[in-house]
Amino acid sequence: MVLASGLRPDSESRPDSESRSAPVVRLSQLNRYFQLGDQTVKALDGVDLVIETGDYLSVMGPSGSGKSTLLNVLGLLDRPTSGDYFLNGRLTTGLSESELAHHRQIAIGFVFQSYHLIPRLSARGNMELPLVLAGWSPAQRRQRVDEMLDRLQLSARADHLPRQLSGGQRQRVAIGRAVMLKPSILLADEPTGNLDTHSGAEVVRILEELNQEGITLVVVTHDQALGARAARQLRMVDGRIVMDQRVDSGAT
Amino acid sequence: MRFTDGVRWIVTALGTGRSRSILTVVGIAIGIAAVALLTAIGEGVRSYVMTEFSQFGTRIIGVSPGKNVTGGIGGILSSVRPLTVDDADALRRIPAVETVIPVVQGVGELEFEGRHRNVKVMGVNADMPAAWNFRVAQGRFLPEVQAGAASSPYVVLGHTAHQELFGDRSALGRKVRLGGRAFRVIGVIEPKGDMLGFDLDDIAYIPADLALQLFNRESLMEIDLTFAAGADMVKLQADIRRRLIDRHGREDFTVTTQDQMLNSLDSILSVLTLAVALLGSISLLVGSVGIVTTLTTSVQERRGEIGLLHALGAPRQQILILFLGESVALSLCGGGIGILILLACKGVALVFYPAFPLTPQPLYIALALLLSVGIGLLAGATPAYRASILNPVDALRSE
Repeated sequence: MVLASGLRPDSESRPDSESRSAPVVRLSQLNRYFQLGDQTVKALDGVDLVIETGDYLSVMGPSGSGKSTLLNVLGLLDRPTSGDYFLNGRLTTGLSESELAHHRQIAIGFVFQSYHLIPRLSARGNMELPLVLAGWSPAQRRQRVDEMLDRLQLSARADHLPRQLSGGQRQRVAIGRAVMLKPSILLADEPTGNLDTHSGAEVVRILEELNQEGITLVVVTHDQALGARAARQLRMVDGRIVMDQRVDSGAT
Repeated sequence: MRFTDGVRWIVTALGTGRSRSILTVVGIAIGIAAVALLTAIGEGVRSYVMTEFSQFGTRIIGVSPGKNVTGGIGGILSSVRPLTVDDADALRRIPAVETVIPVVQGVGELEFEGRHRNVKVMGVNADMPAAWNFRVAQGRFLPEVQAGAASSPYVVLGHTAHQELFGDRSALGRKVRLGGRAFRVIGVIEPKGDMLGFDLDDIAYIPADLALQLFNRESLMEIDLTFAAGADMVKLQADIRRRLIDRHGREDFTVTTQDQMLNSLDSILSVLTLAVALLGSISLLVGSVGIVTTLTTSVQERRGEIGLLHALGAPRQQILILFLGESVALSLCGGGIGILILLACKGVALVFYPAFPLTPQPLYIALALLLSVGIGLLAGATPAYRASILNPVDALRSE
């Protein structure tokens, strides 16, 4: 049974980020259409967007404005109908399914509103899942996961199952999982949507901390307060970016 | 993904839906047990029958009157020359032939001091015990007779026939009447047991020429020959044919070797074994439908998890292998338990009915395990493929 997908801890230098000058993301005239009955829905309608390394973006907009589709396309889970998407300087449109999977593994981290933890695995088990899938040895995994558990203040909870954890703890586990392989971009879809204010603030603090360490952060949210924290704020309506403004310093 | 991690993933996944997994495993276990049990019984019956038939020795050639090349009874009704004791004596002169036994069979009434018993009567000659692996318990067997000379009216009794007529008394030297004629008992055969319900001990052996007279027959029923080990079978059969054709003018007899007989019997029983195995595999089919159902439900329930695996960059074939692994684990577990059931049945049979022909062979056990792996792969193919091509966007939204 050969399950290894090639990524080993010793190949941490990401070949895709060799061109430091290239932006993390460059979208050019990107369209994503859905067919609903006889009606074509333009979820993304001619989107042009450049995201530089280390950017902190928030994407806001009403429901159905295309925020989630943008996130899915950025995360290589969804393919654009037309247009070009360069990830770390490399054109991704036209890549095969397994190449896309490889890029998701090494370059992209996801944080979901509903955490998407695997219920039968402990906090540690969930967090190390990307390493397991990548074929790391138990010893190598343990070290990396221990560091991350410590950093996210989850060490005492390492052996708890998701249902034994609070919402904030679950989302922290999910964040730990997302950044386990040090992605170049972290995509968060309503990361605080299911959390109370206090846990939400904690999660946001962690995300921003990661961003300050160099991970590009894209947060999709309805929450004005959360969206306003980002250094660069996008607003989408009907599949188009209608506002793209930089704020000199983070709010608050 | 490492192999051990893959196994752990599969085991924990199956452990989550424990009762469902157990039920599925039971389904497969019953199927595998049914196939293995029926095959083992079939195989047991086959080897039992083969042993029964080869207990007379395997280096036997039979010559019977009539030629059934064209089939039907026309050949027999047309003028067939009888096989005679002289024919038997003629065959004895072929090199490589060790013994020749003329055989006449019938039923006769054996009488001693007012006790009567219907027994099978076998007309044979002095070679019989050596050729058919019979041993004489008391006295001796029928004596050698010069070719052409008439035999003396001696009889050798089988164990049952002796017990029934004489009980514990010695029969040696006693005069009995068989079919109205007087015979002197000169020996008793060791118990030989049953062959397919045919009591081999309820028999009286008399010289073949006297049996022909007793039953008023012209022809022997068969001439049995045994031959030396390593003899050239083809040449031997040709010699037998030539010698009899010389005497009869044409080939109005049939030569059958024990090998041919055993071979045809063997192939019949093998087909029978296959047939019962196919019957058993119906339950195996039901079991594998159980796997398909379980896995399909599981994939449906775990859409979010599958979406996550896609999002974490697991390639499609990795997801495919993980779900196939679950399927194979279920069926392999079922196969293992099925074999345990089989061995338990064997144990019970050993205790209560040792002669029951149930022979689970390692080869069949290995085949059963292989079969269950195959079933797992086959049954898991569709659900696992579905999981692997699941649209991650839809899958992640479903939670």
